[in-house]
Amino acid sequence: MPRLPAPSLYLLFLGMTLAAAPHLPRLPWWIALLVVGLLGWRAWVVQRSISLPRRWLILGLAFTTLAMVYLHYKTVFGRDAGVALLVIFLALKLLEMRTLRDVTVVVLLAYFLALTNFFYSQTILTGALMTLTLVVLTTALVGFNAPRRRVRDNLKTAGVLLGQGLPVMLVLFLLFPRVQGPLWGMPQDAYAGMTGLSDTMTPGNISSLSQSDAIAFRARFDGEPPARGRLYWRGPVFWEFDGRTWRAGRGPSSQFYRFEPEGVPVQYEMTVEPHNRQWLFALDLAGQVPQGAYGTSDYQLLSRQPVRSRVRYPMHSFLDYRATAGATPAELDYARELPPGVNPRARELALRWRRDAKAEDDVMLRALDYFRTAGLRYTLNPPLLGADSVDEMLFVTKSGFCEHFSSAFVFLMRAAGVPARVVTGYQGGELNPVDQFVVVRQSDAHAWAEVWLPSRGWVRVDPTAAVVPMRVESGLAAAVPDTEPVPLLVRVDVTWLRQLRFSWEALANRWNQWVLGYNPERQRDFLHRLGMPSPDWQKMATTLFWAVGGIVTLIALFVLRRRLSKDPVQRIWLAFCAKLARAGTERRPSEGPAAFAERAGRAHPARAGVVQAVARLYADLRYGPQRDPEGVARLARMVREFRP
Amino acid sequence: MLTSVIKTFFARSDFFGLVFGLRAPESGPIRLTQRRVYVLPTGYGLAFALALLLMLIGSINYSLGLGYVLTFALAGMGLVSMLHTYRNLANLTVRAGRADPVFAGGTATFDLVLENPSGFDRFTLFARHGTFSVDVDVPAERSEVARVAVPAPKRGWLAVGRVTLETRFPVGLFRCWSYVLPEMGVAVYPRPDDSELPPAKARPDSGEVTSTGGGVDDFAGLRPYQPGDSPRHIAWKAAEREGLLLTKHFAGRGAAELWLEWSDLPNALDLEARLSRLARWVLLADEAGFAYGLRIPGAEIEPGFGDAHRDACLTRLALFDATPPRHAAPSRA
Repeated sequence: MPRLPAPSLYLLFLGMTLAAAPHLPRLPWWIALLVVGLLGWRAWVVQRSISLPRRWLILGLAFTTLAMVYLHYKTVFGRDAGVALLVIFLALKLLEMRTLRDVTVVVLLAYFLALTNFFYSQTILTGALMTLTLVVLTTALVGFNAPRRRVRDNLKTAGVLLGQGLPVMLVLFLLFPRVQGPLWGMPQDAYAGMTGLSDTMTPGNISSLSQSDAIAFRARFDGEPPARGRLYWRGPVFWEFDGRTWRAGRGPSSQFYRFEPEGVPVQYEMTVEPHNRQWLFALDLAGQVPQGAYGTSDYQLLSRQPVRSRVRYPMHSFLDYRATAGATPAELDYARELPPGVNPRARELALRWRRDAKAEDDVMLRALDYFRTAGLRYTLNPPLLGADSVDEMLFVTKSGFCEHFSSAFVFLMRAAGVPARVVTGYQGGELNPVDQFVVVRQSDAHAWAEVWLPSRGWVRVDPTAAVVPMRVESGLAAAVPDTEPVPLLVRVDVTWLRQLRFSWEALANRWNQWVLGYNPERQRDFLHRLGMPSPDWQKMATTLFWAVGGIVTLIALFVLRRRLSKDPVQRIWLAFCAKLARAGTERRPSEGPAAFAERAGRAHPARAGVVQAVARLYADLRYGPQRDPEGVARLARMVREFRP
Repeated sequence: MLTSVIKTFFARSDFFGLVFGLRAPESGPIRLTQRRVYVLPTGYGLAFALALLLMLIGSINYSLGLGYVLTFALAGMGLVSMLHTYRNLANLTVRAGRADPVFAGGTATFDLVLENPSGFDRFTLFARHGTFSVDVDVPAERSEVARVAVPAPKRGWLAVGRVTLETRFPVGLFRCWSYVLPEMGVAVYPRPDDSELPPAKARPDSGEVTSTGGGVDDFAGLRPYQPGDSPRHIAWKAAEREGLLLTKHFAGRGAAELWLEWSDLPNALDLEARLSRLARWVLLADEAGFAYGLRIPGAEIEPGFGDAHRDACLTRLALFDATPPRHAAPSRA
């Protein structure tokens, strides 16, 4: 058994480390420790040329760690446990690899491990890191197949292979028939850690979302985006209140999506980040329902499948409307229900307004006035509230966040007998001047209220705007005191940093749109533009086959082309032989210059002298001790002028 | 069971002759043209394809855009590697090089000279013969020797037979190979037994007694070196003094010669045992520095000494009664 080449082994360790590195912070600490330890052990084995540990030891370690992984994750299946096991077993396999076959299997597993990183992150950075990993691992693989070569040459070969494979990759990427996943049920933990709005609203959950500057969605408007204060992106709507938490309750009564539009619609395209829920966002109120989704009578857009990958849909919205759906007597009654007993002071206040007011809209205006003048404070860290949360917020702590204000407002409305509901979603957004996309982040999450006025239908009321108009006009950072922890870059003053982020995010957006977001629809669009109006499965497969075949043929022509000799003397000699071959005298592979010249001389007696001279000079130049540049020039001239 | 059936089939049916058009040994340089170079994925290549399939399914299931990119990049790399594997072997030229004779039971070595006529380096080219395998790198426009070891169990003529030239460079996903049958062989000398030289015996024609006993004869003088003289008998000190090579000349050798004769062998010995005995005698006589001749049925080699003489005698013994190869030039290749 030949010794495995040490430089390639080190490269393999490096490649493995690169593939495993992004996983380590996500894994239990002891796995990181184990991996580093095993890598070190194996490197020590190579360094000192000592023998590998015995098989039973590795087997014992494998079973121990399997048990530990089970204890940690309560399963050995699923995404996270699977990755943990892959990392551990790959590291263990290092101490068990003896033959060329073993190492190449490890390279294969390491390629696989590189892919698993994309479960967690598909950013440009991850892509770059995995490209590096791919190059390192391929270099190691070449090294194992050519043990006497230098690493630099192996790196070059790996680069050539991957580089020449690039056109094939591109064709496969663009033309391989895309299927919308998933193909089967996903592991339970597949979508853990996606941020976004929740299907309930409890004081505190939107304010904690506001700490995140993760992107919720992007919108690209045809023309100028509307003013910031009009950007209300509608999400889940809540009807039922238990004194503390708002829920959808019985939910929208029907899929009866209808309103009376007024004015001209705004046209835009939405790209929503995955959030593992059904909501699709749109500006109030959406004029169309995206494909694969449906509208409800409370104007939510719900995707039929949870949004688990980035979705893109064209949209138009009417910013002015009369919303009259979802207002049957039963629904209006439901929109007045309150849990008995809680918040007596708020109820009393509401009943007083009710007595004094002439109509519903008067009650609403009094309530808004109250929010404006009661000295409420807008804060990301409101104090904890007890059982009578609305009373405490309004009269005791007097501070809250949008979810507190909307909750209190709807409570007051219902207590006064006015049908009302809570709407959550996002408010605002930031125009990226680099690519003109409006970016809406989790920190733009917002909650507001809708009130039923018999004369106008459902009307949006934003009590937060009454407390702090800045929130709606300028965004979160302007609205909360400077001392509060909003994401660093939401604050406006670090101009160059923001500029940098705009550029980076524009790049990331293009990446999302074209690399990550190349889905079945995009592919249909692309093929449509290529002149395939209705590509079906067979047509796509045929196209793919011919495209890959064509590309590989082109690469083959390039790779297998005849290389001119590096040695000029040899090149001249071959040209000479070619001339004679065309004249009918082909040099046999076994013939040296002298023997060939002799035969050629006999075949072309008139030229015998020249042929002999060329052959002699060639032999001198090629095999002689010293090469005289003048001789090379003379040889070139003789061959150029030679006519058999 | 199945493997043995398959092996029998291959052995009996001249499978390679039928399928790969290899029957007669080829003389002269053999160029591995496109027609005789084959490419197929290796087991590792199939495992690689399976892994890519799994990666593709994973990418579809989890909608991983970058997963597609990685999977397809590896697929592209794999496809391209096939071309490079093919290029690494195609158009190589194989020439028969040196081959050293061997005693039966030993291992014969055949040098295959691999010539790379192309402007790029070739790496890890394997020459395989039976279970033996050796690999060499051949730089651009250079040649390199692959020394193939072939077991030589039986006395006679040993042709190198079918040699597989193969490569898996650069990434081992594909195997590219070609069969060559170079016209190349060596004489396999009979394996010497452990007998002593035959006792001294008077030759009627010389009237003297040849001695075989110890003490290797008396030193009789020096004569100029002739090609074929054993280096053991060169008088190095004298050569230094005189400025020319001189060979020690022993008494009892120039005068009388030792004949190693078939007829001297005991009748109980069978053919191979006789040849083994004679081979032993040749070696002992050569060792002792005698001039010796060989007389066997159908052949007689006049007495002489030196390495060339010894090898000629051994070759004659090796090829005794053996089917001589068509092109057999029973000399050192």
